Amino acid sequence: MKTIRTSIIGFGAIGQGVAEVLLLKKEYLRSLGLEVRVVAVADSKGATFNPNGVDLAKCLVRKRETGTVALEKLSGLELIKRLDHELVIETTPTNIETGGVGLQNMRAAFETGKDVVTSNKGPLTLKYGELQEAAKAAGSKFRFEASVGGAMPIINLVNEVLAGNEVKGIKGILNGTCNYILSRMLEEKASYKDILAESMELGIAETDPSYDVEGIDTACKLVILANALFGLDATYNDVEVTGITKITPDALEMAQENGYVIKLIGEVSRKGLQVAPRLVPIKHPLAVGGTLNVASVDTELAGEITVTGKGAGPIETASAILSDLISIYREC
Amino acid sequence: MRISMDIELKDVPGQMLLALQPLSECRANLITVVHHHQKRTPRNTMPVQLVLETRPENLELLKARLEANGIRVVRVGEQRFRESVSVVLIGHVIHTGIQDTIDRIDKTGFAEVVDLSLSMPGIEKPSSALIKIDAVGKEELQKALAILREVSAKKDLLMVLPIGIQA
Ligand SMILES: NC(=O)c1ccc[n+]([C@@H]2O[C@H](COP(=O)([O-])OP(=O)(O)OC[C@H]3O[C@@H](n4cnc5c(N)ncnc54)[C@H](OP(=O)(O)O)[C@@H]3O)[C@@H](O)[C@H]2O)c1
Repeated sequence: MKTIRTSIIGFGAIGQGVAEVLLLKKEYLRSLGLEVRVVAVADSKGATFNPNGVDLAKCLVRKRETGTVALEKLSGLELIKRLDHELVIETTPTNIETGGVGLQNMRAAFETGKDVVTSNKGPLTLKYGELQEAAKAAGSKFRFEASVGGAMPIINLVNEVLAGNEVKGIKGILNGTCNYILSRMLEEKASYKDILAESMELGIAETDPSYDVEGIDTACKLVILANALFGLDATYNDVEVTGITKITPDALEMAQENGYVIKLIGEVSRKGLQVAPRLVPIKHPLAVGGTLNVASVDTELAGEITVTGKGAGPIETASAILSDLISIYREC
Repeated sequence: MRISMDIELKDVPGQMLLALQPLSECRANLITVVHHHQKRTPRNTMPVQLVLETRPENLELLKARLEANGIRVVRVGEQRFRESVSVVLIGHVIHTGIQDTIDRIDKTGFAEVVDLSLSMPGIEKPSSALIKIDAVGKEELQKALAILREVSAKKDLLMVLPIGIQA
Protein backbone atom coordinates (compact mmCIF):
# COMPACT_ATOMS: atom_id res chain seq x y z
CA MET A 1 0.00 0.00 0.00
CA LYS A 2 1.40 3.38 -1.01
CA THR A 3 0.45 6.31 1.25
CA ILE A 4 -0.07 9.68 -0.43
CA ARG A 5 -0.17 12.53 2.00
CA THR A 6 -2.15 15.36 0.49
CA SER A 7 -3.46 18.83 1.28
CA ILE A 8 -6.64 20.38 -0.08
CA ILE A 9 -6.05 24.11 -0.46
CA GLY A 10 -9.35 25.90 -1.13
CA PHE A 11 -12.43 24.34 0.40
CA GLY A 12 -15.29 25.77 -1.64
CA ALA A 13 -17.54 23.89 -4.05
CA ILE A 14 -14.70 21.96 -5.66
CA GLY A 15 -12.55 21.41 -2.56
CA GLN A 16 -15.54 19.94 -0.75
CA GLY A 17 -16.42 17.88 -3.82
CA VAL A 18 -12.90 16.42 -3.68
CA ALA A 19 -13.34 15.57 -0.01
CA GLU A 20 -16.62 13.81 -0.72
CA VAL A 21 -15.18 11.86 -3.62
CA LEU A 22 -12.16 10.79 -1.56
CA LEU A 23 -14.49 9.50 1.16
CA LEU A 24 -16.65 7.75 -1.41
CA LYS A 25 -13.69 6.16 -3.22
CA LYS A 26 -11.57 5.20 -0.23
CA GLU A 27 -11.99 1.44 -0.75
CA TYR A 28 -11.56 1.72 -4.49
CA LEU A 29 -8.31 3.65 -4.06
CA ARG A 30 -7.12 0.97 -1.64
CA SER A 31 -7.84 -1.66 -4.23
CA LEU A 32 -5.40 0.21 -6.49
CA GLY A 33 -2.82 0.11 -3.71
CA LEU A 34 -3.31 3.77 -2.81
CA GLU A 35 -3.94 5.18 0.65
CA VAL A 36 -4.82 8.87 0.20
CA ARG A 37 -4.31 10.61 3.51
CA VAL A 38 -5.48 14.23 3.65
CA VAL A 39 -3.13 15.91 6.12
CA ALA A 40 -4.36 19.51 5.69
CA VAL A 41 -7.42 21.41 4.52
CA ALA A 42 -7.43 25.21 4.09
CA ASP A 43 -9.90 27.90 3.14
CA SER A 44 -9.57 31.69 3.16
CA LYS A 45 -9.93 31.90 6.94
CA GLY A 46 -7.38 29.36 8.01
CA ALA A 47 -6.72 25.64 8.08
CA THR A 48 -6.80 22.39 9.91
CA PHE A 49 -3.98 19.88 9.77
CA ASN A 50 -2.82 16.58 11.21
CA PRO A 51 0.18 14.62 9.95
CA ASN A 52 -1.74 11.42 10.66
CA GLY A 53 -4.71 12.58 8.59
CA VAL A 54 -7.61 14.92 9.26
CA ASP A 55 -11.18 13.64 9.53
CA LEU A 56 -12.67 14.67 6.18
CA ALA A 57 -16.26 13.98 7.19
CA LYS A 58 -15.87 16.31 10.16
CA CYS A 59 -14.24 18.95 7.94
CA LEU A 60 -17.27 18.88 5.65
CA VAL A 61 -19.70 19.25 8.54
CA ARG A 62 -17.69 22.06 10.13
CA LYS A 63 -17.46 23.95 6.87
CA ARG A 64 -21.20 23.61 6.34
CA GLU A 65 -22.09 24.61 9.87
CA THR A 66 -19.59 27.35 10.67
CA GLY A 67 -18.62 28.57 7.22
CA THR A 68 -14.99 27.61 7.69
CA VAL A 69 -12.91 24.50 8.07
CA ALA A 70 -10.27 26.42 10.04
CA LEU A 71 -9.14 25.36 13.47
CA GLU A 72 -5.80 27.16 13.21
CA LYS A 73 -4.81 30.59 11.98
CA LEU A 74 -2.51 29.06 9.42
CA SER A 75 -2.72 29.78 5.72
CA GLY A 76 -2.74 27.15 3.02
CA LEU A 77 0.48 28.63 1.68
CA GLU A 78 2.28 28.18 5.01
CA LEU A 79 1.09 24.59 5.22
CA ILE A 80 2.36 23.84 1.73
CA LYS A 81 5.74 25.21 2.74
CA ARG A 82 6.01 23.64 6.18
CA LEU A 83 4.04 20.45 6.31
CA ASP A 84 5.59 17.31 4.92
CA HIS A 85 3.35 15.82 2.20
CA GLU A 86 3.44 14.57 -1.38
CA LEU A 87 0.49 16.21 -3.11
CA VAL A 88 -1.22 19.60 -3.13
CA ILE A 89 -4.79 19.65 -4.44
CA GLU A 90 -5.16 23.31 -5.36
CA THR A 91 -8.79 24.53 -5.63
CA THR A 92 -8.64 28.23 -4.72
CA PRO A 93 -10.47 30.84 -6.86
CA THR A 94 -9.32 31.57 -10.39
CA ASN A 95 -7.64 34.94 -10.80
CA ILE A 96 -6.51 35.68 -14.34
CA GLU A 97 -4.96 39.05 -13.60
CA THR A 98 -2.36 38.08 -11.02
CA GLY A 99 -2.73 34.32 -10.73
CA GLY A 100 -3.95 34.92 -7.18
CA VAL A 101 -3.02 32.81 -4.21
CA GLY A 102 -3.17 29.78 -6.49
CA LEU A 103 0.01 30.88 -8.25
CA GLN A 104 1.82 31.30 -4.95
CA ASN A 105 0.56 27.94 -3.76
CA MET A 106 1.78 26.17 -6.89
CA ARG A 107 5.19 27.84 -6.79
CA ALA A 108 5.59 26.90 -3.13
CA ALA A 109 4.52 23.33 -3.84
CA PHE A 110 7.16 22.90 -6.54
CA GLU A 111 9.82 24.66 -4.45
CA THR A 112 9.27 22.05 -1.76
CA GLY A 113 9.17 19.16 -4.23
CA LYS A 114 5.45 18.43 -4.08
CA ASP A 115 3.12 17.32 -6.84
CA VAL A 116 0.16 19.50 -7.80
CA VAL A 117 -3.31 18.61 -9.07
CA THR A 118 -5.52 21.63 -9.72
CA SER A 119 -8.78 22.94 -11.15
CA ASN A 120 -7.54 26.55 -11.00
CA LYS A 121 -7.19 28.20 -14.42
CA GLY A 122 -5.55 31.48 -13.37
CA PRO A 123 -1.94 30.36 -12.84
CA LEU A 124 -2.11 28.09 -15.90
CA THR A 125 -3.31 30.92 -18.12
CA LEU A 126 -0.68 33.36 -16.94
CA LYS A 127 2.41 31.34 -16.08
CA TYR A 128 2.18 28.02 -17.81
CA GLY A 129 5.78 27.91 -18.98
CA GLU A 130 7.21 28.98 -15.65
CA LEU A 131 5.14 26.45 -13.70
CA GLN A 132 6.03 23.59 -16.02
CA GLU A 133 9.71 24.49 -15.68
CA ALA A 134 9.43 24.61 -11.90
CA ALA A 135 7.67 21.26 -11.80
CA LYS A 136 10.29 19.73 -14.05
CA ALA A 137 13.19 21.14 -12.04
CA ALA A 138 11.67 19.74 -8.84
CA GLY A 139 10.84 16.39 -10.38
CA SER A 140 7.21 17.09 -9.47
CA LYS A 141 4.07 15.97 -11.27
CA PHE A 142 1.68 18.71 -12.41
CA ARG A 143 -1.85 17.84 -13.53
CA PHE A 144 -4.81 20.07 -14.36
CA GLU A 145 -7.44 18.07 -16.24
CA ALA A 146 -10.16 19.67 -14.07
CA SER A 147 -9.25 23.18 -15.22
CA VAL A 148 -10.71 22.61 -18.69
CA GLY A 149 -14.18 21.24 -19.22
CA GLY A 150 -14.73 19.91 -15.69
CA ALA A 151 -15.56 16.23 -16.03
CA MET A 152 -14.93 16.15 -19.78
CA PRO A 153 -11.63 14.36 -20.34
CA ILE A 154 -9.52 16.20 -22.85
CA ILE A 155 -5.96 16.82 -21.69
CA ASN A 156 -5.31 13.30 -20.48
CA LEU A 157 -7.21 11.90 -23.43
CA VAL A 158 -4.82 13.53 -25.87
CA ASN A 159 -1.62 13.20 -23.85
CA GLU A 160 -2.17 9.62 -22.78
CA VAL A 161 -4.79 7.75 -24.74
CA LEU A 162 -3.90 9.42 -28.04
CA ALA A 163 -0.17 9.66 -27.28
CA GLY A 164 1.97 9.70 -30.41
CA ASN A 165 -0.58 11.64 -32.44
CA GLU A 166 0.33 15.13 -33.49
CA VAL A 167 -2.54 17.50 -32.69
CA LYS A 168 -3.49 19.67 -35.66
CA GLY A 169 -6.31 21.61 -34.07
CA ILE A 170 -8.86 21.67 -31.28
CA LYS A 171 -12.22 23.33 -31.23
CA GLY A 172 -15.09 23.15 -28.83
CA ILE A 173 -17.61 24.58 -26.43
CA LEU A 174 -15.68 25.15 -23.21
CA ASN A 175 -18.17 27.21 -21.22
CA GLY A 176 -21.41 25.67 -19.97
CA THR A 177 -23.00 29.00 -19.07
CA CYS A 178 -22.74 30.38 -22.61
CA ASN A 179 -23.98 27.12 -24.02
CA TYR A 180 -26.97 27.20 -21.71
CA ILE A 181 -27.83 30.80 -22.58
CA LEU A 182 -27.63 30.25 -26.35
CA SER A 183 -29.57 26.97 -26.17
CA ARG A 184 -32.34 28.57 -24.09
CA MET A 185 -32.53 31.72 -26.26
CA LEU A 186 -33.30 29.51 -29.23
CA GLU A 187 -35.82 27.35 -27.35
CA GLU A 188 -37.71 30.29 -25.88
CA LYS A 189 -37.12 32.80 -28.69
CA ALA A 190 -36.16 35.08 -25.84
CA SER A 191 -33.63 37.88 -25.65
CA TYR A 192 -30.12 37.52 -24.32
CA LYS A 193 -31.03 39.69 -21.33
CA ASP A 194 -34.05 37.60 -20.33
CA ILE A 195 -32.21 34.31 -20.51
CA LEU A 196 -29.21 35.73 -18.69
CA ALA A 197 -31.55 36.72 -15.85
CA GLU A 198 -32.99 33.20 -15.82
CA SER A 199 -29.50 31.68 -15.74
CA MET A 200 -28.56 33.83 -12.75
CA GLU A 201 -31.67 32.75 -10.92
CA LEU A 202 -30.79 29.12 -11.53
CA GLY A 203 -27.23 29.69 -10.39
CA ILE A 204 -25.89 28.75 -13.82
CA ALA A 205 -24.52 32.24 -14.42
CA GLU A 206 -22.64 34.16 -11.73
CA THR A 207 -23.80 37.55 -10.42
CA ASP A 208 -21.05 39.07 -12.52
CA PRO A 209 -21.43 37.01 -15.68
CA SER A 210 -18.94 38.98 -17.78
CA TYR A 211 -16.15 36.45 -17.29
CA ASP A 212 -18.31 33.80 -18.96
CA VAL A 213 -20.39 35.73 -21.52
CA GLU A 214 -17.54 37.88 -22.83
CA GLY A 215 -15.68 34.71 -23.74
CA ILE A 216 -12.87 35.23 -21.21
CA ASP A 217 -13.35 31.88 -19.46
CA THR A 218 -13.37 30.08 -22.81
CA ALA A 219 -10.21 31.95 -23.82
CA CYS A 220 -8.43 30.87 -20.61
CA LYS A 221 -9.30 27.24 -21.20
CA LEU A 222 -8.18 27.55 -24.79
CA VAL A 223 -4.83 28.87 -23.62
CA ILE A 224 -4.44 25.87 -21.31
CA LEU A 225 -5.27 23.46 -24.15
CA ALA A 226 -2.91 25.22 -26.53
CA ASN A 227 -0.11 24.99 -23.99
CA ALA A 228 -0.75 21.47 -22.75
CA LEU A 229 -1.58 19.84 -26.08
CA PHE A 230 0.15 22.02 -28.67
CA GLY A 231 3.33 22.66 -26.74
CA LEU A 232 2.86 26.43 -26.93
CA ASP A 233 3.56 28.99 -24.21
CA ALA A 234 0.52 31.12 -24.98
CA THR A 235 -1.20 33.52 -22.59
CA TYR A 236 -4.60 35.16 -22.52
CA ASN A 237 -3.34 38.10 -24.63
CA ASP A 238 -2.69 35.77 -27.56
CA VAL A 239 -6.41 35.04 -27.95
CA GLU A 240 -8.78 36.96 -30.19
CA VAL A 241 -12.01 37.03 -28.17
CA THR A 242 -15.64 37.78 -29.04
CA GLY A 243 -18.42 36.90 -26.60
CA ILE A 244 -22.12 36.13 -26.96
CA THR A 245 -23.69 39.36 -25.67
CA LYS A 246 -24.69 40.58 -29.14
CA ILE A 247 -26.42 37.40 -30.25
CA THR A 248 -30.13 37.90 -30.99
CA PRO A 249 -32.96 35.34 -30.92
CA ASP A 250 -33.64 36.24 -34.57
CA ALA A 251 -30.11 35.31 -35.54
CA LEU A 252 -30.44 31.98 -33.73
CA GLU A 253 -33.72 31.28 -35.48
CA MET A 254 -32.43 32.20 -38.93
CA ALA A 255 -29.41 30.04 -38.39
CA GLN A 256 -31.66 27.16 -37.39
CA GLU A 257 -33.81 27.56 -40.51
CA ASN A 258 -30.62 27.13 -42.49
CA GLY A 259 -29.46 24.06 -40.60
CA TYR A 260 -27.18 25.68 -38.03
CA VAL A 261 -27.00 26.45 -34.33
CA ILE A 262 -24.90 29.32 -32.99
CA LYS A 263 -22.35 28.31 -30.33
CA LEU A 264 -19.48 30.06 -28.62
CA ILE A 265 -16.55 28.14 -30.04
CA GLY A 266 -12.96 28.22 -28.87
CA GLU A 267 -10.53 27.16 -31.55
CA VAL A 268 -6.80 26.63 -31.54
CA SER A 269 -4.70 25.74 -34.55
CA ARG A 270 -1.30 26.66 -35.98
CA LYS A 271 -2.98 29.85 -37.20
CA GLY A 272 -3.74 31.05 -33.70
CA LEU A 273 -6.23 31.09 -30.85
CA GLN A 274 -9.74 32.39 -31.29
CA VAL A 275 -12.99 32.54 -29.35
CA ALA A 276 -16.11 33.63 -31.25
CA PRO A 277 -19.74 32.74 -31.87
CA ARG A 278 -19.83 30.32 -34.80
CA LEU A 279 -22.39 28.56 -36.94
CA VAL A 280 -22.33 24.84 -36.20
CA PRO A 281 -24.30 22.44 -38.43
CA ILE A 282 -27.20 21.02 -36.39
CA LYS A 283 -26.00 17.43 -36.88
CA HIS A 284 -22.35 18.19 -36.14
CA PRO A 285 -20.87 16.48 -33.03
CA LEU A 286 -20.09 19.94 -31.59
CA ALA A 287 -23.78 20.89 -31.61
CA VAL A 288 -24.50 19.87 -28.00
CA GLY A 289 -27.04 21.75 -25.93
CA GLY A 290 -27.75 22.66 -22.32
CA THR A 291 -24.73 23.28 -20.11
CA LEU A 292 -22.65 20.58 -21.78
CA ASN A 293 -19.07 21.08 -22.86
CA VAL A 294 -17.63 19.46 -25.96
CA ALA A 295 -14.27 19.39 -27.68
CA SER A 296 -13.15 18.03 -30.98
CA VAL A 297 -9.48 17.22 -31.47
CA ASP A 298 -8.09 16.93 -34.95
CA THR A 299 -5.22 14.46 -34.72
CA GLU A 300 -2.66 13.36 -37.25
CA LEU A 301 -3.27 9.60 -37.09
CA ALA A 302 -6.59 9.10 -35.34
CA GLY A 303 -8.45 11.81 -37.25
CA GLU A 304 -11.15 13.77 -35.52
CA ILE A 305 -12.04 12.70 -31.95
CA THR A 306 -14.89 14.37 -30.09
CA VAL A 307 -15.59 14.25 -26.36
CA THR A 308 -18.47 15.75 -24.45
CA GLY A 309 -19.38 15.97 -20.78
CA LYS A 310 -20.40 18.13 -17.90
CA GLY A 311 -18.18 21.19 -17.77
CA ALA A 312 -18.84 22.13 -14.17
CA GLY A 313 -20.22 20.95 -10.86
CA PRO A 314 -18.38 19.92 -7.67
CA ILE A 315 -18.56 16.15 -8.04
CA GLU A 316 -17.98 16.21 -11.81
CA THR A 317 -14.91 18.42 -11.43
CA ALA A 318 -13.69 16.37 -8.46
CA SER A 319 -13.88 13.32 -10.70
CA ALA A 320 -11.28 14.88 -13.00
CA ILE A 321 -9.10 15.69 -9.99
CA LEU A 322 -9.41 12.09 -8.78
CA SER A 323 -8.40 10.73 -12.18
CA ASP A 324 -5.32 12.98 -12.19
CA LEU A 325 -4.39 11.77 -8.73
CA ILE A 326 -4.76 8.13 -9.69
CA SER A 327 -2.82 8.50 -12.90
CA ILE A 328 0.10 10.15 -11.06
CA TYR A 329 0.47 7.56 -8.33
CA ARG A 330 -0.63 4.42 -10.07
CA GLU A 331 2.01 4.76 -12.73
CA CYS A 332 5.06 5.22 -10.52
CA MET B 1 -25.49 30.73 -67.95
CA ARG B 2 -22.41 32.24 -66.41
CA ILE B 3 -19.33 32.00 -68.57
CA SER B 4 -15.71 32.76 -67.91
CA MET B 5 -13.74 33.55 -71.03
CA ASP B 6 -10.05 34.15 -71.61
CA ILE B 7 -9.31 36.34 -74.60
CA GLU B 8 -6.20 38.02 -76.00
CA LEU B 9 -5.99 41.60 -77.24
CA LYS B 10 -3.41 43.04 -79.57
CA ASP B 11 -1.36 45.81 -78.06
CA VAL B 12 -2.89 48.61 -80.14
CA PRO B 13 -5.53 51.18 -79.20
CA GLY B 14 -9.22 50.44 -79.62
CA GLN B 15 -8.96 46.71 -78.95
CA MET B 16 -11.13 46.70 -75.84
CA LEU B 17 -13.98 48.24 -77.77
CA LEU B 18 -13.69 45.53 -80.41
CA ALA B 19 -13.98 42.99 -77.66
CA LEU B 20 -16.97 44.55 -75.94
CA GLN B 21 -19.03 45.33 -79.04
CA PRO B 22 -19.94 41.69 -79.79
CA LEU B 23 -21.03 41.25 -76.20
CA SER B 24 -23.78 43.81 -76.42
CA GLU B 25 -24.73 42.61 -79.89
CA CYS B 26 -25.22 39.10 -78.53
CA ARG B 27 -26.97 40.42 -75.39
CA ALA B 28 -24.35 39.03 -73.11
CA ASN B 29 -24.18 40.69 -69.76
CA LEU B 30 -20.63 41.56 -68.75
CA ILE B 31 -19.96 40.97 -65.07
CA THR B 32 -16.24 41.44 -64.70
CA VAL B 33 -13.21 42.23 -66.78
CA VAL B 34 -9.78 41.41 -65.46
CA HIS B 35 -7.15 43.15 -67.50
CA HIS B 36 -3.53 42.10 -67.14
CA HIS B 37 -1.78 45.23 -68.39
CA GLN B 38 1.65 44.06 -67.39
CA LYS B 39 1.37 40.57 -68.77
CA ARG B 40 2.16 39.60 -72.33
CA THR B 41 1.64 36.26 -74.03
CA PRO B 42 4.41 34.76 -76.19
CA ARG B 43 2.41 36.17 -79.11
CA ASN B 44 2.89 39.60 -77.54
CA THR B 45 -0.83 39.96 -76.89
CA MET B 46 -2.51 41.05 -73.67
CA PRO B 47 -4.49 38.40 -71.77
CA VAL B 48 -7.94 39.49 -70.51
CA GLN B 49 -10.42 37.47 -68.48
CA LEU B 50 -14.13 38.09 -68.83
CA VAL B 51 -16.99 36.78 -66.76
CA LEU B 52 -20.35 37.15 -68.44
CA GLU B 53 -23.90 36.02 -68.29
CA THR B 54 -25.31 34.79 -71.58
CA ARG B 55 -27.80 32.41 -73.08
CA PRO B 56 -26.15 29.13 -74.10
CA GLU B 57 -27.50 29.37 -77.67
CA ASN B 58 -25.77 32.75 -78.18
CA LEU B 59 -22.36 31.54 -77.19
CA GLU B 60 -21.14 30.25 -80.57
CA LEU B 61 -22.24 33.43 -82.30
CA LEU B 62 -20.46 35.50 -79.68
CA LYS B 63 -17.22 33.61 -80.21
CA ALA B 64 -17.50 33.98 -83.97
CA ARG B 65 -18.08 37.74 -83.69
CA LEU B 66 -15.12 38.16 -81.40
CA GLU B 67 -12.85 36.22 -83.75
CA ALA B 68 -14.19 38.28 -86.64
CA ASN B 69 -13.10 41.41 -84.76
CA GLY B 70 -9.61 39.94 -84.52
CA ILE B 71 -9.91 38.96 -80.85
CA ARG B 72 -8.42 35.61 -80.00
CA VAL B 73 -10.66 33.47 -77.76
CA VAL B 74 -8.37 31.17 -75.83
CA ARG B 75 -10.73 29.45 -73.44
CA VAL B 76 -14.43 29.38 -72.69
CA GLY B 77 -15.87 27.62 -69.67
CA GLU B 78 -19.02 27.55 -67.71
CA GLN B 79 -18.50 29.24 -64.37
CA ARG B 80 -19.53 26.84 -61.65
CA PHE B 81 -20.00 27.82 -58.06
CA ARG B 82 -18.30 25.07 -56.14
CA GLU B 83 -18.11 26.69 -52.74
CA SER B 84 -20.90 28.03 -50.61
CA VAL B 85 -21.08 29.68 -47.21
CA SER B 86 -23.77 31.03 -44.91
CA VAL B 87 -22.93 34.02 -42.74
CA VAL B 88 -24.99 35.62 -40.00
CA LEU B 89 -24.64 39.36 -39.47
CA ILE B 90 -25.94 41.08 -36.34
CA GLY B 91 -26.15 44.82 -35.74
CA HIS B 92 -27.64 47.76 -37.57
CA VAL B 93 -27.56 45.82 -40.79
CA ILE B 94 -30.16 47.84 -42.69
CA HIS B 95 -28.91 51.34 -42.20
CA THR B 96 -25.59 50.26 -43.44
CA GLY B 97 -26.72 49.63 -46.96
CA ILE B 98 -26.73 45.90 -47.24
CA GLN B 99 -27.44 46.30 -50.94
CA ASP B 100 -24.06 47.97 -51.45
CA THR B 101 -22.33 45.02 -49.92
CA ILE B 102 -24.27 42.54 -52.01
CA ASP B 103 -23.48 44.51 -55.16
CA ARG B 104 -19.81 44.56 -54.32
CA ILE B 105 -19.76 40.80 -53.91
CA ASP B 106 -21.80 40.18 -57.07
CA LYS B 107 -19.52 42.48 -59.07
CA THR B 108 -16.50 40.36 -58.32
CA GLY B 109 -17.72 37.92 -60.95
CA PHE B 110 -16.40 34.97 -58.97
CA ALA B 111 -18.88 35.15 -56.10
CA GLU B 112 -22.53 35.89 -55.74
CA VAL B 113 -25.02 36.50 -52.95
CA VAL B 114 -27.65 33.84 -53.60
CA ASP B 115 -29.84 34.29 -50.58
CA LEU B 116 -30.59 36.90 -47.97
CA SER B 117 -32.93 36.71 -44.99
CA LEU B 118 -33.44 39.75 -42.84
CA SER B 119 -35.11 40.35 -39.54
CA MET B 120 -35.74 43.80 -38.14
CA PRO B 121 -37.43 43.56 -34.76
CA GLY B 122 -37.60 47.32 -34.13
CA ILE B 123 -35.93 50.60 -34.92
CA GLU B 124 -33.63 50.72 -31.94
CA LYS B 125 -33.02 46.99 -31.83
CA PRO B 126 -30.23 45.28 -33.67
CA SER B 127 -31.32 43.47 -36.79
CA SER B 128 -30.03 40.14 -37.98
CA ALA B 129 -29.31 38.86 -41.45
CA LEU B 130 -28.32 35.57 -42.95
CA ILE B 131 -26.45 35.81 -46.20
CA LYS B 132 -25.58 32.90 -48.45
CA ILE B 133 -22.65 33.36 -50.77
CA ASP B 134 -21.60 31.07 -53.61
CA ALA B 135 -18.16 31.30 -55.15
CA VAL B 136 -16.22 29.50 -57.87
CA GLY B 137 -13.53 28.27 -55.50
CA LYS B 138 -12.17 28.38 -51.95
CA GLU B 139 -9.87 31.29 -52.61
CA GLU B 140 -12.65 33.31 -54.22
CA LEU B 141 -14.93 32.53 -51.29
CA GLN B 142 -12.33 33.97 -48.93
CA LYS B 143 -12.10 37.09 -51.09
CA ALA B 144 -15.87 37.54 -50.91
CA LEU B 145 -15.74 37.06 -47.14
CA ALA B 146 -13.00 39.66 -46.97
CA ILE B 147 -15.44 42.18 -48.45
CA LEU B 148 -18.03 41.24 -45.85
CA ARG B 149 -15.42 41.44 -43.11
CA GLU B 150 -14.37 44.91 -44.18
CA VAL B 151 -17.99 46.12 -44.14
CA SER B 152 -18.69 44.44 -40.79
CA ALA B 153 -15.67 46.07 -39.18
CA LYS B 154 -16.61 49.50 -40.54
CA LYS B 155 -20.26 49.26 -39.48
CA ASP B 156 -19.59 47.44 -36.22
CA LEU B 157 -21.53 44.34 -37.20
CA LEU B 158 -20.97 40.99 -35.55
CA MET B 159 -20.15 38.44 -38.22
CA VAL B 160 -20.87 34.81 -37.33
CA LEU B 161 -19.10 32.36 -39.61
CA PRO B 162 -19.48 28.59 -39.83
CA ILE B 163 -16.89 26.43 -38.09
CA GLY B 164 -14.21 25.27 -40.47
CA ILE B 165 -14.17 28.58 -42.35
CA GLN B 166 -11.03 30.53 -41.56
CA ALA B 167 -12.15 33.60 -39.65
N1 LIG C 1 -17.20 25.33 -9.79
C1 LIG C 1 -16.91 24.58 -10.85
O1 LIG C 1 -17.76 23.86 -11.38
C2 LIG C 1 -15.50 24.57 -11.40
C3 LIG C 1 -15.20 23.75 -12.50
C4 LIG C 1 -13.88 23.70 -12.98
C5 LIG C 1 -12.91 24.48 -12.37
N2 LIG C 1 -13.24 25.30 -11.32
C6 LIG C 1 -12.17 26.06 -10.66
O2 LIG C 1 -11.88 25.47 -9.41
C7 LIG C 1 -11.50 26.45 -8.45
C8 LIG C 1 -12.42 26.39 -7.25
O3 LIG C 1 -13.74 26.64 -7.67
P1 LIG C 1 -14.94 26.67 -6.63
O4 LIG C 1 -16.18 26.66 -7.44
O5 LIG C 1 -14.72 25.63 -5.63
O6 LIG C 1 -14.74 28.11 -5.98
P2 LIG C 1 -15.23 28.58 -4.54
O7 LIG C 1 -16.46 27.84 -4.17
O8 LIG C 1 -15.24 30.04 -4.56
O9 LIG C 1 -14.07 28.07 -3.57
C9 LIG C 1 -12.83 28.68 -3.44
C10 LIG C 1 -12.22 28.26 -2.13
O10 LIG C 1 -10.92 28.82 -2.03
C11 LIG C 1 -10.80 29.36 -0.73
N3 LIG C 1 -9.77 30.39 -0.65
C12 LIG C 1 -9.81 31.68 -1.05
N4 LIG C 1 -8.65 32.29 -0.78
C13 LIG C 1 -7.86 31.38 -0.18
C14 LIG C 1 -6.56 31.41 0.39
N5 LIG C 1 -5.82 32.53 0.35
N6 LIG C 1 -6.06 30.27 0.91
C15 LIG C 1 -6.79 29.14 0.96
N7 LIG C 1 -8.04 29.06 0.47
C16 LIG C 1 -8.56 30.17 -0.09
C17 LIG C 1 -12.17 29.88 -0.39
O11 LIG C 1 -12.28 30.09 1.00
P3 LIG C 1 -13.66 30.47 1.71
O12 LIG C 1 -14.49 29.21 1.68
O13 LIG C 1 -13.24 30.83 3.09
O14 LIG C 1 -14.25 31.60 0.93
C18 LIG C 1 -13.01 28.74 -0.92
O15 LIG C 1 -13.08 27.72 0.02
C19 LIG C 1 -11.57 27.79 -9.16
O16 LIG C 1 -10.29 28.12 -9.60
C20 LIG C 1 -12.50 27.50 -10.33
O17 LIG C 1 -12.23 28.33 -11.44
C21 LIG C 1 -14.51 25.34 -10.82
